[in-house]
Amino acid sequence: MSTLAIQTNASQTTRFEKNTATREPNWVKYLLLGISLSFFALFLLLPLIAVFTEALRKGLETYWLAFTDADALSAIALTLTAALISVPLNLIFGVAAAWAITKFEFKGKQILITFIDLPFSISPVIVGLSLVLVFGVHGWFGEWLVANDIKVIFALPGIVLATIFVTFPFVARELIPLMQAQGKEEEEASIVLGAKGWQTFWYVTLPNIKWGLLYGVILCNARAMGEFGAVSVVSGHIRGETNTLPLHVEILYNEYNFSAAFAVASLLALLALLTLVIKSYVEHKISKKSNA
Amino acid sequence: MSINVKNIHKQFGEFTALDNISLDFPSGELVALLGPSGCGKTTLLRIIAGLEQADHGDIILDGENASNTHVRDRQVGFVFQHYALFKHMTIFDNVAFGLRMKPKAQRPSESKIREKVFSLLQLVQLDWLADRFPAQLSGGQRQRIALARALAVEPRVLLLDEPFGALDAKVRKELRRWLRKLHDELHITSIFVTHDQEEALEVADRVVLMDHGKVEQVGTPEAVYNHPQTPFVYSFLGSVNVFHGRAEQEYLKVGSEQLRHHNESYGHAKEVFAFARPHELKIVDNSHHEGVSARISRILSFGIETKVELDGLNENSGQHYEVHLSQQQREAQSLLVGQEIKLVPSTLALFPREAVALQPSEKEG
Amino acid sequence: MNTLRQFSVLPGFGLSLGYTLIYLSLIVLVPISAVFVFTSQLSLSEYWQVVTSPRVMASYQLSFGASLLAAGINAIFGVLLAWCLVRYSFPGKKIVDALIDLPFALPTAVAGIALTALYAQNGWLGQIIEGYFGIKVAFTPIGILIALVFIGLPFVVRTVQPVLEEIDTELEEAATSLGASRWQACRYVVLPVLLPAIMTGFALAFARAVGEYGSVIFIAGNIPMVSEITPLMIISKLEQYDYTGATAIASVMLIVSFILLLLINLLQSWAAKLTGRNA
Repeated sequence: MSTLAIQTNASQTTRFEKNTATREPNWVKYLLLGISLSFFALFLLLPLIAVFTEALRKGLETYWLAFTDADALSAIALTLTAALISVPLNLIFGVAAAWAITKFEFKGKQILITFIDLPFSISPVIVGLSLVLVFGVHGWFGEWLVANDIKVIFALPGIVLATIFVTFPFVARELIPLMQAQGKEEEEASIVLGAKGWQTFWYVTLPNIKWGLLYGVILCNARAMGEFGAVSVVSGHIRGETNTLPLHVEILYNEYNFSAAFAVASLLALLALLTLVIKSYVEHKISKKSNA
Repeated sequence: MSINVKNIHKQFGEFTALDNISLDFPSGELVALLGPSGCGKTTLLRIIAGLEQADHGDIILDGENASNTHVRDRQVGFVFQHYALFKHMTIFDNVAFGLRMKPKAQRPSESKIREKVFSLLQLVQLDWLADRFPAQLSGGQRQRIALARALAVEPRVLLLDEPFGALDAKVRKELRRWLRKLHDELHITSIFVTHDQEEALEVADRVVLMDHGKVEQVGTPEAVYNHPQTPFVYSFLGSVNVFHGRAEQEYLKVGSEQLRHHNESYGHAKEVFAFARPHELKIVDNSHHEGVSARISRILSFGIETKVELDGLNENSGQHYEVHLSQQQREAQSLLVGQEIKLVPSTLALFPREAVALQPSEKEG
Repeated sequence: MNTLRQFSVLPGFGLSLGYTLIYLSLIVLVPISAVFVFTSQLSLSEYWQVVTSPRVMASYQLSFGASLLAAGINAIFGVLLAWCLVRYSFPGKKIVDALIDLPFALPTAVAGIALTALYAQNGWLGQIIEGYFGIKVAFTPIGILIALVFIGLPFVVRTVQPVLEEIDTELEEAATSLGASRWQACRYVVLPVLLPAIMTGFALAFARAVGEYGSVIFIAGNIPMVSEITPLMIISKLEQYDYTGATAIASVMLIVSFILLLLINLLQSWAAKLTGRNA
């Protein structure tokens, strides 16, 4: 599910529109545009607008109050901490996995790729459950953890583990097709010219994959900060302690404190929009590079 | 069926792809559109097919103005450069496609379609591949299937875009001969686009040479090769030696040296380019008082001809020349690499320099 | 390691592959295997009883049914959107193209409360739909369907879009020059090339929808036997400290996920074969 290659460029579109063999009558064009853009507005645009209008319904003051609340602040801190730990770990993993998979031929490669994709198709709820089975009081390491007074479930480590699990494939998934397309000739040339392994990676590989890497990282980060299902199972919902931002939204919403819930939600929506802006910029960079 | 192209002009932004072109393609002929890449030949072919719209000008098919007829209704067969076979369909289904797309009233029955498809597959000698998919075929086989598919709808004309461009040298030669034979059987008016002069000269009844969106010369292969009418045609077809000089009376002054040019006398001195084919140059002794000095850089003697490569001297340094000698000529002269000699043309074609303001485009593979 | 792989002058094979395998095992494989290990402690009849209890069965029906329907809706509108984005120019196209990924980037909980606010009785859309058609959307299976359509849309658009961009215009030109109408060219030439991508997108959207939790629970209303999805069943078993029950249901969902993953892999290799030019 690599979304990297997508960049609709204008010249290509006009190529279709000007070609007698690839264009439709105008009424068909406008009908299709009308249907699909209405669908787009109804399903994607309206919910986004709703977040902000609901958030601002009770005025700017209430909106602002939602963030200065101590619980909200600690939720922001926890979300940032969890992302700050899990994103770099998955970044290192993504690079290592992509290096092994794209630069070498070995048995079982296809199976490995499938396993890396696994977290995409597992329900986040099951992710949380599986961590409880391993680290919970009745889990595999439960007794040992209690004896040593280490808390994983209903504490930061559990939240971090759940976040790493659900965001596991993002970086690897973007890098593998990119590095596959680039082949290994440049690295081999670098080795032939006498560079060491790390030098080759740093001066040859990394400059080639930096945009793909950034792309994977921002997607990974968006999911890490927004994860709900898996974190909800392992967090225990302790206010001010184990509540991440999405969980804080849920609590406020369930307490019928709608405007505060939407205010916090709007912060997450802004983060999503920022992610999309960076993503478009990176795609633009990549398409420019590949056209050059 | 005849094709007439009248004042066709096509602009892509600043770039003029076709500059007011008019051409007549007589019925039943196989014509080659020959020129370097970017000369507009493919654009012209696509405009004739209706795949591209000209900015102005008309396409007349069989006396009828077809400029505003959609590709679908123009009844032209088009063979694409990369064949454009439908990968998800068998060879049979590919060839049958055009027949099956006809409106119900005109569509032949399945058994008629079968008959027709197999007769076409037999024509291209590939009936044993009917159940295969395009991916299982070699390049040459795909090309023939693409042709059979185009012929299935009984087109009035057949248009082929670089038909042999994507094939390797050996298959290319075979298919060339095969296409010529096929055309002699079917006699359908055909135009093919190529950048390969050998292909055009060997296969076509008539060759249209194009450069920079203009027609440079039209004629039989013999005519265009033996009597090039423009400097572009001279340099595009076969190898040629160029002398930059000044024509005065019956002499051509090249730097401080001079040649006799055998053309009508130039009363007024004129800056010209002078062309001579490699076999039209003689190598003479350095002491000869007419001729252009050069130094032999390489002698390639294999095959029936000996090729001598030379570098210009004095004012002509940087120029390269090529002379072809027969074995007898070669044996009569003792030539050594590094030797300084003079070149004397047996015939020279002169073109005033202003007419050659544009350097002929690079030949591209 | 040398027997496993072909010779290469590049360094770091052992290190990168070793790290990959260890990290993969610790983070993903060990926890997932725990689900199966815990499940195996149940006897077959106990297991069967848990995973086929009426409330759970109703949740499968809802989860799989709504997911299938949502993926179908996404397949249709996703292809239309991809088509418009690739083939037509229109004002605001860049913004539309960027916002297609919103469901990937927007936290599911935010999507959940936003959709609920829109489709609730007093919401912008809920008012209209209930007022004119008398249909309740929020807190019913229809609400679940809407949430699943929202989260699944980008999967179809983003798998179809690149294939559509890469289709050689020569194919449509060939079809047209052979006399095919625009509809025939799309139906018999373009659609078959897109089909594997559409099916891949459909399967991805379906797989995501089956496991989705955050965006659904707010709008679902979570009424037993009516609007409880399977992931919610796992949560509610957990909240009652019924670990074996939760694990048994999770194992059923995991098996479905594995089958879907296999299917998606097969579809993708089929798609790669069909779109590979001249190969």
